[in-house]
Amino acid sequence: MDLVQLQRQLVEYRTSLYHEGFLDEQFTQLQELQDENNPDFVVEVVSLFFEDSERLLNELTKALEQQSIDFKRVDAHVHQLKGSSSSIGAQRVQKVCIAFRNYCEEQNVEGCLKCLQQVRHEYSLVKTKLESMFQLEQQILSAGGSIPM
Amino acid sequence: MGMPAQFHVLAVDDSLIDRKLIERLLKTSSYQVTAVDSGSKALEFLGLNDDNGDEDRDSSADADEQVGVNLIITDYCMPGMTGYDLLRRIKQSSSFKDIPVVIMSSENIPSRINRCLEDGAQDFFLKPVQLSDVNKLRPHLIKTHSNINKRKGMEDDIHSPVPDRTRPRYNELEVV
Repeated sequence: MDLVQLQRQLVEYRTSLYHEGFLDEQFTQLQELQDENNPDFVVEVVSLFFEDSERLLNELTKALEQQSIDFKRVDAHVHQLKGSSSSIGAQRVQKVCIAFRNYCEEQNVEGCLKCLQQVRHEYSLVKTKLESMFQLEQQILSAGGSIPM
Repeated sequence: MGMPAQFHVLAVDDSLIDRKLIERLLKTSSYQVTAVDSGSKALEFLGLNDDNGDEDRDSSADADEQVGVNLIITDYCMPGMTGYDLLRRIKQSSSFKDIPVVIMSSENIPSRINRCLEDGAQDFFLKPVQLSDVNKLRPHLIKTHSNINKRKGMEDDIHSPVPDRTRPRYNELEVV
């Protein structure tokens, strides 16, 4: 695939992520903060998000496996995940977190377990998509091109 | 000692992602940034004893110039010392009470926001913080800096405008 085609593919792919609600304008804000002096800013922040989310998902799984569930603790983890997903613009993850917090408040175990499953799913989707997007960007850069805005 | 070349912001947030973000936002706006992950680390940086606010290393008004912090921006929800607790400690300190403190929060809770503003917060930003929020900061810094210089009787390079305090405060207009 030639450079122009790659660039077009990237723009289309990125646009679809916004249309499908995987990303919101906060992600655009991140891209706007990247420049020649900080060329890896977006990848760095997103990598932090991946690490943090995986840690939180593990904590959530453990917390919800307990005999006697500490809903305050569960809520604290979800609050963190909601915050970080909001900070990078991972809109679908953030939305599940909002529902998740409501179930925590109600101390609804079923609801919490369902949300945990959903948030794992949404996280996995956005991770795959962002990784694909970064790969496309890398291909463009390796071909000597620049990333279209 | 002349005026600092750059404004120095102390950013406080327990989230690594948010620290990275606020740091980038502030540096993009040419601020010097120190980012810490807790209220107690912030107090430590300022040289304030964690247990007793006014047991400062240096209780004179020069303390803020020594550390050189022109603004503190802090998350509200943090384990241990909240951003609100930090705000109170700063405002109770003779050396640092004039440093503007901005609170950030992911939650839009009017009673929380009002309490912070009533207790001396300069402003309250909803997360995720935007570049437009950071751009609002500069007027606070210039005003505060020139106030500090005036207190010391120094000549100002910046001609400061009439302080807000002399203008009448208008309450929110009600729709009739």
